[in-house]
Amino acid sequence: MSPLHLRHFTATSALGCGRGATLAALASGGSGLRRCQFETAALDMYVGEVEGLDEVPLPPALHRFDCRNNRLAHLGLAQDGFDEAVRASAARWGSRRIGVVIGTSTSGILQTEIAYRHLDPQSGALPEGFDYHHQHNAFAVAHFVRQRLALEGPAVSVCTACSSSAKAFAAAQRMIAADLIDAAVVGGVDSLCLTTLYGFHSLQLISAEPCRPFDAHRDGLSIGEAAAFALLERAPRELDDADVLLLGAGESSDAYHMSHPHPEGAGALSAMRAALQSAALRPPQIDYINLHGTGTPSNDNTESRAVEALFGVDTPCSSTKAATGHTLGAAGALEAVVCAIALQSGLMPAGLNVRTLDPQLHINYLTSARRVRLGRVLSNSFGFGGANCALLFGRAH
Amino acid sequence: MLTAYIQGVGILGPGLSDWTAAAEVLRGSSPYAAERTVLPAPLVLPPAERRRAGRVIRLALGVGAQAIADAGVDAHALPSVFSSSGGDGDNCHEICTTLASRDRLLSPTRFHNSVHNAAAGYWSIAYGCTEASTALCAHDASFGAGLIEALSQLAQRPGALLLVVYDVDYPPPMRWTRPIPDAFAIALLLSRDGAVGARPALAQLRLSFAQQPASSVAQAELEQLRRQIPAARGLPLLEQLAQRRGGSVALDYLDEQRLRLELDL
Repeated sequence: MSPLHLRHFTATSALGCGRGATLAALASGGSGLRRCQFETAALDMYVGEVEGLDEVPLPPALHRFDCRNNRLAHLGLAQDGFDEAVRASAARWGSRRIGVVIGTSTSGILQTEIAYRHLDPQSGALPEGFDYHHQHNAFAVAHFVRQRLALEGPAVSVCTACSSSAKAFAAAQRMIAADLIDAAVVGGVDSLCLTTLYGFHSLQLISAEPCRPFDAHRDGLSIGEAAAFALLERAPRELDDADVLLLGAGESSDAYHMSHPHPEGAGALSAMRAALQSAALRPPQIDYINLHGTGTPSNDNTESRAVEALFGVDTPCSSTKAATGHTLGAAGALEAVVCAIALQSGLMPAGLNVRTLDPQLHINYLTSARRVRLGRVLSNSFGFGGANCALLFGRAH
Repeated sequence: MLTAYIQGVGILGPGLSDWTAAAEVLRGSSPYAAERTVLPAPLVLPPAERRRAGRVIRLALGVGAQAIADAGVDAHALPSVFSSSGGDGDNCHEICTTLASRDRLLSPTRFHNSVHNAAAGYWSIAYGCTEASTALCAHDASFGAGLIEALSQLAQRPGALLLVVYDVDYPPPMRWTRPIPDAFAIALLLSRDGAVGARPALAQLRLSFAQQPASSVAQAELEQLRRQIPAARGLPLLEQLAQRRGGSVALDYLDEQRLRLELDL
């Protein structure tokens, strides 16, 4: 594929709002995971919650979109001057020539969960003010982003569970390559809700402690929430040294099980291989891998096998999910921004919370941050239904 | 301009059990007989998965199976694009009801079936297909969004691709706020160069954006379905295919935008 320029990017998660806070936390080994006190959840777990979302007001004209997920999107768009960068891009290309592709797994479902506790006792109807179209629907967040940024191009939500917003990059890249658009606001927004907290709990995939990816005694993930965005454009001829490019994307399906990864990591392997192929790169040219690394026994096991099969055991790798929590449909975009920050700052973030590295997993998992000039990095995202995506980013020079 | 060949068609909806029968109705040579959508059993799934498959899975797998059979292609190595305005409404209702109850004991199967890409996941398991598969949502514009993704995928690599656009109706109380009357799905087996499958392509398709009124379908009850169900927004395209008629057709997309499709037969 032709490389795309990340003209601008930003992330908001439990680590903080914007790139500065995110980099500072990644550099110092900070974690946003706290004991779960979310809404009415009575579960023994840790979550990565974005503070203050209940106090984020939406613009009056967009009040119908009001729900936790769209508030998170709104907060995220306001960081790092991202919305101004989109406005400048719209002035250049025209608002019809900018697409919106957002990954989410649960959109505003929390609003529906709450509404079901307040059904009309006589009729059973949903309470007044509930707005399926603008709050609940999976498209609501892409719709909100499109209206919030006054864009008029094509828009879609990509909903492949935990690979949603990684695949959003691939879908946006195709739209630009097909000349349907000149730029795309691509990202991921997923917020805490009871469906995912109780759902992952029912699958016994959540740890009672802060998650410990790649630890020998890891016993599950910690859920987080995030809004992360990038403004993608065709790479211009003149680029600064610090500019970051999307170099490749690879997608595959496990065709194995709805909620268990393929035991040998076959799907993960073919997604990474496809990403390298689309960028015309070989494994030794990759300096760092941001792993999917959820901290469940099976994910880390199969992902490690797949990485080892393709890259051997030397390429530095880490998962940032012990810092941010697993932000599900936002994880692909959040970790894309982590990769972009890593490239610009030369920081390979540490995999936190490891007491004893799993001796069965042979890849070069970093338990402390490392400073080194990075040229190209890979980011993995794997979702339920066996939906896999790997993205490849690099510095312009 | 984005382009593709239509190699095969599948359709499931109220009174519409397959493409052959639906084409007769769309041509005007058979009357339309309204009845609830009949969903086929997903026999292609392994028994364990079959037991877990709700209506939305039976709908998406059923209509997809029609399209690959119509085109005469093997699903084993076929990339796919699934698009739905709401996913599994029955499952969503059950989960929200459980979460509003005192014990909140969610079934693990219900939870993993709640992902919007459940149909895509079951499809890949059913056919052992490890090619890329995606799942999209654009509310009422989900047909157009699926078509755009499918055609932009084909622009990047040769071969064939399956597009499945599907919607099931919500049970009350969601039904009162999102009144989709019944299950409906359209599947298109598309190729870049018209040279896959067992027989020649049905038509070549070119896609562009336009600002013009959406095309309607002549049959009044089907036109009603087109307006009520996002997945049925593709019916004018199928009407033109059924009537073997070239020329342009406009499908609803976002806001006042339409997708203009030029058909060459």
